[in-house]
Amino acid sequence: MQAIRKQGVRARPDECGAPALSIRDLSVSFGAPTAGGLTVLDHIDIDVRDGEFLCVVGSSGAGKTTLLRVLAGLFRPTQGAVLFNGRAISGPSRDRAIIFQDYSKALLPWRTVRGNVALSLEARGIPASRQDAVIDSLLAKMGLSAAKDKFPGQLSGGMQQRVQIARCLAQEPKILLMDEPFGALDAMTRQALQDEILQLAAEKQTTVVFITHDLEEAIYLGDRVAVLGGAPATIVEMIDVGLPRPRNQLTTRENAGFLAHRHRLFELLARFPSARGGAASTGRGQG
Amino acid sequence: MRRFLLGSIVPVLFLGLWEISSRTGLLTLESLSRPSDILVAGIHGLLDGSLLLATLQTCEAALLGLAIAAVIGILCGAMLGLLPMLERITGPTIEALRPIPAIAFMPLALMMFGFGVTLEASIVAYACVWPILIVTVAAVRAIEPRLLDIADVLELPFWKRMLTIILPAAFARINVGLRVAAAISLVVAVTVEIVLDPRGLGYHLILASQELKIGLMYAQLVWLCILGYLLNAILRNVGTGSFTLWGSAR
Repeated sequence: MQAIRKQGVRARPDECGAPALSIRDLSVSFGAPTAGGLTVLDHIDIDVRDGEFLCVVGSSGAGKTTLLRVLAGLFRPTQGAVLFNGRAISGPSRDRAIIFQDYSKALLPWRTVRGNVALSLEARGIPASRQDAVIDSLLAKMGLSAAKDKFPGQLSGGMQQRVQIARCLAQEPKILLMDEPFGALDAMTRQALQDEILQLAAEKQTTVVFITHDLEEAIYLGDRVAVLGGAPATIVEMIDVGLPRPRNQLTTRENAGFLAHRHRLFELLARFPSARGGAASTGRGQG
Repeated sequence: MRRFLLGSIVPVLFLGLWEISSRTGLLTLESLSRPSDILVAGIHGLLDGSLLLATLQTCEAALLGLAIAAVIGILCGAMLGLLPMLERITGPTIEALRPIPAIAFMPLALMMFGFGVTLEASIVAYACVWPILIVTVAAVRAIEPRLLDIADVLELPFWKRMLTIILPAAFARINVGLRVAAAISLVVAVTVEIVLDPRGLGYHLILASQELKIGLMYAQLVWLCILGYLLNAILRNVGTGSFTLWGSAR
């Protein structure tokens, strides 16, 4: 256990200004340690730089979702803290939007597409008269203009996930937290959404923490890739991707650097399997 | 239309047989009227306004009681559903109060409110609040947890969270409780009128039977049947109607 922890690569503090999100000595356990409690995350330290696209990979049950729920403020860590703009977070905030994998459950089925996006604006206290323009531009950006008056149940999975992203963007968050957002989508839709999210993040200089079990997706999207492994999980490696942007679904994925990273990540995950098959639950999380 | 025709075979046959057997002398029971007499008595009651006035009085009491029960039941039920601790504290008390027959409160309510609509409505409310409360607790518990996550992340204040997430998400289930309660409300209102309160359909029903106006009594029974059917139909439509209204509103 100690050996694994020592291998953990501590992220460097940001060279220019304070990090957007600092994860400091974070541990999460379920139940009392003395009574056979289960430690899921063990002394995690990461600094997410402002404007960075950080991907976190790990096998199923490694504690990725738990980590993201802690970052969102939806789950309280057992030990350690998450600093957001230098201050320890105490709960959820509109500044940190979270995009869930199960998009069909994360939309209000009784509201139309525009109504779902309006929810964020209502939460921000934007008067109804000024909502339309914001909604229209967001829907246009996400390619949802034609589906404006449809209900989520009438849309395909990819469209539903676009609605969820639009709602999160309407929050005008400082950070986007994404929990395997494209995991349930077909390959074509996934690639299209990957490029869209890259473009959005670049446009707004948004900081993104992106959880995935898809290694190629992590390399393709990320500035860095954190590897969560072992049981309990630690950061076993932090990879600087260093591939040129804008990324391209064909050329980037054929790049020698891309393939080298893929090789490395694959080995790491094989070496640090998670002990559990995704049985953990963090309150309303899915493990 | 075909369904309607098929469904009306039994009542038409039944009424026909009834009419024929009482006209031919097969049926001589004094407590049984003839369908034709019932129709005449019903039309008479409708025309002179007595039936409509009684209906209004009964509906007033039933709906007022139902409305009180709905507000209390949905609000308390939502709280209990959201806060398991609160439910553990109040659970035993609720289980102790719930089995008391609402009708048993009649003497007490009479002392508190005297005769009139308040008496009836209070007893109706007591009877109706339990199904609404219990269904609401279950409905709120069954809300998709993701939606509560979203409410948390958007930092929705309590009332906003109630009105935009919790109640709409639970509404389809709560509506089932409301429909059960609506049927109960009519039963209880009429019972209170028969036993105690000199107003409404229940009172006229007992009056008609005591004055041996058997046809009128039956007419009122038929009328109550129609009323119950309408009430349920209205609530069902309100249920689906407001669901889409909520949706298209935003």
